Order: sequence, then C-alpha cells, then structure tokens
Amino acid sequence: MTWLRSNIKLLTGYPSAVIGLVIIFLLVALAIYAVVTMPLQEAITLWRAGEGIWQDTPRNAAPAWLNLFRREKLPVTQVFDSTQLPEAKTRQDLGGGLTEIRIVFPFEFNYDGFPQEINIFTTATFRQSRPNLNMTWITPDGREIPLGNATLRATESFRLSQDTRLTRRLGGRSAEIGLFADPNLSTPRVLKGTYQLVLEGLVFEEGADIDAKLVVYGQLHGLAGTDHLRRDLMVSLLWGTPIALAMGFVAAVGATVSTMVIAAIGTWYGGWIDGLIRRITEVNLILPILPILIMIGTLYSRSLAVIMGLFVLLSIFSGGILTYRALFLQIKEAPYIEGARSYSASNMRIVFRYMVPRVLPVLIPQFVTLIPSFVFLEANLAVLGLGDPLLPTWGKVLWEAEANGALFNGHYYWVLAPSVMLLITGLGFSMLGFTLDRIFNPRLRGL
Amino acid sequence: MAATQAPSMQSPASVGTQSHTSAALRIIRYTLTRLIALFLTTVVGVYLTILIANMGGHVDEIRRATIREGLAIAIGMSPEYAQLTPAQRRQLVEELAQIEFKRLGLDQPFIVRSFRYLGNALVLNLGRAEQLTSDSGSSLVRNIILERLVPTLLLTATSFFFLFFVSVFAALGLSRRYGSFLDRLSVALAPLSAAPSWFYGIFLILIFAAVLRWLPFGGMVDAPPPPSRWAYFLSVLKHLVLPVGAVVLSSIFIGIYSWRTFFLIYSSEDYVDMARAKGLPARAIERRYILRPSLPYIITSFALSLITLWGGSIILEQVFNWPGLGRLLYQAIQLYDTPIIVGDTIIYAYLLAITVFVLDFVYALVDPRVKVGDSGGRSA
Repeated sequence: MTWLRSNIKLLTGYPSAVIGLVIIFLLVALAIYAVVTMPLQEAITLWRAGEGIWQDTPRNAAPAWLNLFRREKLPVTQVFDSTQLPEAKTRQDLGGGLTEIRIVFPFEFNYDGFPQEINIFTTATFRQSRPNLNMTWITPDGREIPLGNATLRATESFRLSQDTRLTRRLGGRSAEIGLFADPNLSTPRVLKGTYQLVLEGLVFEEGADIDAKLVVYGQLHGLAGTDHLRRDLMVSLLWGTPIALAMGFVAAVGATVSTMVIAAIGTWYGGWIDGLIRRITEVNLILPILPILIMIGTLYSRSLAVIMGLFVLLSIFSGGILTYRALFLQIKEAPYIEGARSYSASNMRIVFRYMVPRVLPVLIPQFVTLIPSFVFLEANLAVLGLGDPLLPTWGKVLWEAEANGALFNGHYYWVLAPSVMLLITGLGFSMLGFTLDRIFNPRLRGL
Repeated sequence: MAATQAPSMQSPASVGTQSHTSAALRIIRYTLTRLIALFLTTVVGVYLTILIANMGGHVDEIRRATIREGLAIAIGMSPEYAQLTPAQRRQLVEELAQIEFKRLGLDQPFIVRSFRYLGNALVLNLGRAEQLTSDSGSSLVRNIILERLVPTLLLTATSFFFLFFVSVFAALGLSRRYGSFLDRLSVALAPLSAAPSWFYGIFLILIFAAVLRWLPFGGMVDAPPPPSRWAYFLSVLKHLVLPVGAVVLSSIFIGIYSWRTFFLIYSSEDYVDMARAKGLPARAIERRYILRPSLPYIITSFALSLITLWGGSIILEQVFNWPGLGRLLYQAIQLYDTPIIVGDTIIYAYLLAITVFVLDFVYALVDPRVKVGDSGGRSA
C-alpha cells in the first residue's frame, strides 16, 4: 500500500502524468455517461436506421455552437408538431359531417442565413374519403404565398425545396430561399420576423383528423453536427468512447500479459519450447500484419472482436517478446530463483510467483503506452472500410467523412470531432505511460 | 519501449591480425545461417498468407459459383441459345464453366494448388490478375506490382531517411544540451507519436490542401502529367511533401525522445567519464564512445521502425491516393482479386525479409560479439 501511495505521490510531481490522468478520468466519465444514457441497442438503432429516425435533422450540418463565433448567425432546425402543440390546431364543425381543421404554426426567424430545406409531414386518420389540405405561407410583411393543395393519404410528406412548381412561382428561387427572402432585393437576403404556416384541412367524416409537422431545417445542428445521412454525430462521438476505451484496455492487457507470460515460460523451460517461441516470432516478424488483417476483414468477418482478437494474437509474438526474453534471461540467473528451486518450488510457481512479478514495473508503462495503438487500430481498419458493421465508432465516422469528401467539400467539423477525440485519447494514455516509464524504469529515472 | 540491452564490451585487443580471416569467416557463416533461416521463415509466412487469402479453399467455392452464375445469365440472355431446353442449357453452362475452371486452375484440389501457388510465389511467378490491370494494360500480377512498387519505395525511402537522420542527429544534439528548453520540449512532445501517420495526414490535408490550397489533396503527379522530365520531378516532389510530412510528424518526436534517452544513458557510462577526464574533444567522445557502442541498438531500432513504416504506409497511401502497393492491396480486396492480394502480401513479406536480412548483415559487421565468435549472445 505504501508502495502504491509513494508512487502516486511521485506521479503527481510530473505535470504530464497529471494531465494524462485527468484526460483518462474525463474519458471514463464520458464513457459511463454514454452507456448509462443510451443503451447499446438504442445507439445501434439510432446509428443504423434510415431517414425515419433522422427525419428532423438536417444533412451535413455543422455544430450549432459555431454561431457563437459568427457575426452572421446561421439557422438551427425548428420543428413544429401539431401533436405536441395542441394550441396550434383548431377544429370547426361545418355540419353534415364536414369539419374544418386549421393548423397554424407561427415562428420567429431571425437568422442571417437561409434554412437548408423545408418539409411538411402530415398524417391523416380517415375511413373512406380522403381529407383535403390547403397550405399557405405568410411572410412577416404580410404576403400570402400559396404552397399548394392536396388530397391526403395516411401519411404524406411535402418537400417544398424540391417542389419545382413552387420554385417557378417564387421566381426561380427554391423554397428555402424564396419563402424567406426579402422580395425587394435582387440578391437574396433573409427577411427577419414572424412567419406563419397556415394549413386549412377539410375532413369529411366523423372522427377523421389531420396532424402536421413543419420542419425548417437549419444549417447547424447540436453539439457535433450531422453527417450525410442526417445522423447526429453526437451518437457516434459518445458511443465511440466506451468502445475505444474497452478495446484499447482489453487488447493491451491481453497482448502485454500474454507476451510476458509466454516469454517467461520460454526462458524458464528453454530447449525446444524456447526455440519454437523464437521461430514463431521470426515468422511473425515477416508476416505483414495489416495486409493479413485486411484479408481477414474482407474474407471472413468484420466483427471488431474477431479482428482485435487476431491482432492481439499476432502482436503477442512480436518484438516485445524479445525484450522480455532478455530481461528474463537475467532474472533466471538471480540467486533468489536458485533459492526457490532449492526448496523445490514447481516450475509454474517459479514462473508466476518469482519471475513475472519481477518485470511488472516494466510491464505497466508498456501496457499504458500500448493502449493508444489499439485505439488507433480500430480507426486504421475503419479508414480502410473494414470497420465493424454495427457499432458507431470514431474510426467509422472518419472513414465516412473521407469517403464523402468531407475535407474537399469543407465539412471540417465532420473530420475534426472524431480525430480530436482519437488524439485526446491517444495523448492521455501515452502521456501517462511515458511518465510511468520514467518512474518505473530505474535507468530513465531523472532523465 | 525497445530493448536497451547493453552490448557486452569485448576488449578489442583480442582481435589480432591473425584472427581477421576467421572473423570474416564467422561473419559469412553467420550471414549465411541467417539467410537460410530467413528464407525458411519467409516460406512459412508466404504459405500462411496463401492459406488465409484463399480462406482455406472457400474462396474457390465462391469463385466457382460466380463463374457458373455469370455463364448462366450470359446464356439465358443470348438469343442464339433461346431454342435450347433447360437441360441442354444447364449442360452448356457446365461445359463452359469447366473450361473456365481449367483456365483459372480451379479444377485441382485446393491443397495441390496451394503448394503450386507457394512454389510460384517464391519465384515471384505471381500469375494473372482476375480483374485489375496495370496502367500499361498488363494483367500479369508481377507487372502490376512492379508498377506500384516504385511509388511505395519512393514514399517509404524518402520519409524513412529523412526521419532517421533528423531524429538521430537532433537526439545527439539534445543529449549534449540535457535539461535545456528544447530538451524538455522534446520530452513533452513525445506522446504525440501515439497517432499513426495517416491521422496526421488528414490534418495536413485539412490545413495545406483544403484551407490554404497550397498543396494537392493526393495523388503522385498532376493530371495530366507534365511533359518535361524536370516538371514531372517537381510535380512528384510537390505531391510528396504532405505524405512524407505526415510520416515524419507521426514518428519524429518519439524517435528523438528515445534516442536522446539512449544517448544519455550511454554518456553516463564510466568509460565516457574516463574519456572526458583524458580531455578528448566532445566530437571524438560522441563518435568513439557513445555512437560506436550504441550502433547495434541503433540498427535494431532502424530495422523495427522500417518494418512499422512498411505496414503504416498502406493506410497512408489510401488517405493520400498514392498509387502504391498499399492502395493496390485495398483495390484488390474490393474486387476479391485473390492473385493480387496474395502477390501483394508476398511482396510485403519479401520487403520485410530483405529489411531484416540487410540489417542482420550490417549488425554482423558492427557487433563485436559476432566478430569474436560469441555466438550465443545475440537475442534481438
């Protein structure tokens, strides 16, 4: 216990170790938050489902906090749903089974940029005769722009920005610009003020009803923005954390511990066991690991567990085994091993109780420094398009950004957010690892 | 981190004139043993690659099914065969499929073919690609790979030599100025090397290609390629800056840090103090007492970093659209082009083996233990 306490005290003397520990602590907290607030199944559904789930988010929108740094404010998404806003809907019985349903969505639009798109989604309940809907747009200066008239099916979506007839009526400007532009200016500028969408529906049956949702898509969204499939990047940034940490930790433990144990067994028994281990290591040095992982990913399985397991297996017999061998060869000759042998301790006891604990101080820093390489391995594979098909990970976001030309098209946030997360994770662990190395490795102490 | 095993210092006096020939013999014998051992390991490695690439024979099933399906569709669509009964048609498909199997060598059992593949692979007779062709139109895997080998070598060699010399000499300089601001900065920056080169590549593309528009996003030359040789060279150089910069950025800090630490450890040895006390100039101490005994270690880490570089360049090539072996591997995987996947992996295995061998040879030249015949000592 005192050993631990004194080492922790030593650690706090190094600023880089403190920073590393703080980063790791924050990441673990973030990971716990992600797991608690959003169960894995929910995250996967959110990430993999199509437009049905991401209907209300814009495409390729930058994070909303960018507005804090901009003089010209860009719009964020505004959603108005008559099922959520009962006061927006009024019913008037016209007699003879005829009912007029009037839905009015008034809203402020005080941004300097135009929205990305405008959609109206309606749901109608009826038995036989389909309801009728008349849509009107009222601008702050009082102009009334007819948006069209339709006989509704059960669900209907009106994508105003793609409505070519409306575009023609708006003088060649598509809806998201034409409906919001100041009509007196030749270059389109937003006319700020209160807009209204008025929906006048007629239902022809008792109990029939219409509900509507207006979505004015912004150019910015949430804390992390959205991607080309309208998915909120926050989901993947949040869930990427536990995945990255778990993978880095498990793989690093697996790789370092098994490498060390195998090296210890090899040096202790010597003979053909040692020879075999060395031969395997030599073959493994020639095997190009990444191409083989790529082949496995293409031909067998893309599951993260399989690929990571294989990578751990391949990295067990790597250069590290030689380092440990050199250490164990020295330890094997130490007098206390002689002592253990003289009281006829079993081979396994000598390996696990006398040899392995001796090199643990070397192992801990190595293990911490190894974690980032496993975190980045996932990203490596994802960037080659071999990411896990189900999980939302940082690497996959990066790959999708790359594949969709995010840098070329100027969607920098899409690349930056996952890379910053990766970099912070890598930095946190390797800063701690480097300091541990300097503390535990007596040859480095004070350098 | 890497092994810091102190090479046991043999007294140079024991190597007399008469033992020169025997030292040379020992070096040759050592080198030959290593060559044979490496050849055997390469054979095993290549065979494993072939087994994995062919999914233990399953890829062939997929390929057979694909061929049959393709033929069935072609015959079904063709008006010439419209009068045939279904049975006749099936027979025709089967006949044509057998011819196609024979062409692709699929008519023999997998285990036989795997050894034929191995023999061919070892003499670099890599067969024909199934889908991809080289830029000159050849479908021989060897031609495709040779075409891609040059860009990969160019990229790897440039970044490697840059990286190696800059980090060794910077480290030597820093170990001389131990404790200065630059020295402490290098220690603080070392953790930045946790990220791989392609990761820095993305940042470099973002800054220098996307925002500043100074350098190209990727590729090896402008399209269309410049006509004159000089302009071509300049264009390649311009495209080389960002990928090489990414490699250097990702490894230089850790390189400087570990070499600095290493030189510091060596410069605190007693014999270095002794040399200082004798009043030798600092340069002579560095050359004779610090660099010389640490040479085997430097070579080992040289080899290890080159090996990492071969692997790391695969994704870097993908990110930078660099027309090298790594990108070829990626393209081949997209098309399930097994001969190319195998050929490419084999070339990587050969590159690794050659790297290890050359460095083993250099090691034999500089390691006193090999010269004086202390055969048991070498472990890295």
